[in-house]
Amino acid sequence: MEQPRELLQQFAHGDLEAFESLFRQFQGEVYGWIVRIVRDPGIAEDLTVETFWRIHRAHARFDPGRSFAAWARRIATNTALDYLKSARVETGLPEDLPAAALPNPGIEQDVRERVRRAFGQLPPKLRVAAMLALIDEEPYAEIADALGISIGAVKLRVFRAVRLLRNHLKQLGVEP
Amino acid sequence: MNQHHDEKIRELLKQSFAPRNEELGRDLWPQMLRRLEEHSAVVPWFDWALLALVALCLYLVPNTIPLLLYHL
Repeated sequence: MEQPRELLQQFAHGDLEAFESLFRQFQGEVYGWIVRIVRDPGIAEDLTVETFWRIHRAHARFDPGRSFAAWARRIATNTALDYLKSARVETGLPEDLPAAALPNPGIEQDVRERVRRAFGQLPPKLRVAAMLALIDEEPYAEIADALGISIGAVKLRVFRAVRLLRNHLKQLGVEP
Repeated sequence: MNQHHDEKIRELLKQSFAPRNEELGRDLWPQMLRRLEEHSAVVPWFDWALLALVALCLYLVPNTIPLLLYHL
């Protein structure tokens, strides 16, 4: 969604109305991106507000000639990563998620639990890259843009994540 | 062999995590506004330090008070 340059310029100059307008337009998109990383709707809402707080503070550094959506997504990714690093959370499905939402009830619940635990042991940077690339199947270029790294670096992170995950799974008794 | 294993891990992951394509259920602007107001009410430490410095100067050198008032 392209924004009028005038609106972006007003935002860059610290105009609160312009910020509100951008917030209302992009809050859903930012939330949708963050929830893919943290897998928890409540935390994703808090991190969406935190992301826009960072956006608001950094308004003077925004270049109105560039895409606001891409800039916001990068800040959202960093915010979510900071959360994962500080909370040392194990990313998994919330317990109260309805069973119907599970993608394949064919594999045992116990195996799913162990896979989620092994995945949660990955370093946050690798976890985010693997989550977006392997589970949500986001294009590598988009992940690279959101993480502020090259496509090659994303592939490397995914590769390292898979290797580490395989080791963790073996330790947990799951032979992939 | 490795590629085959990687594919199996990818499959395991996809079976263990549901893709999240959720939409935001409510407007977060009121929450954002509260956050903005909270922070705008907080006076930065630097301002307090500056105020303390001015107060100290006025206390130590009272002759500067008329000068300060003149410039205000």
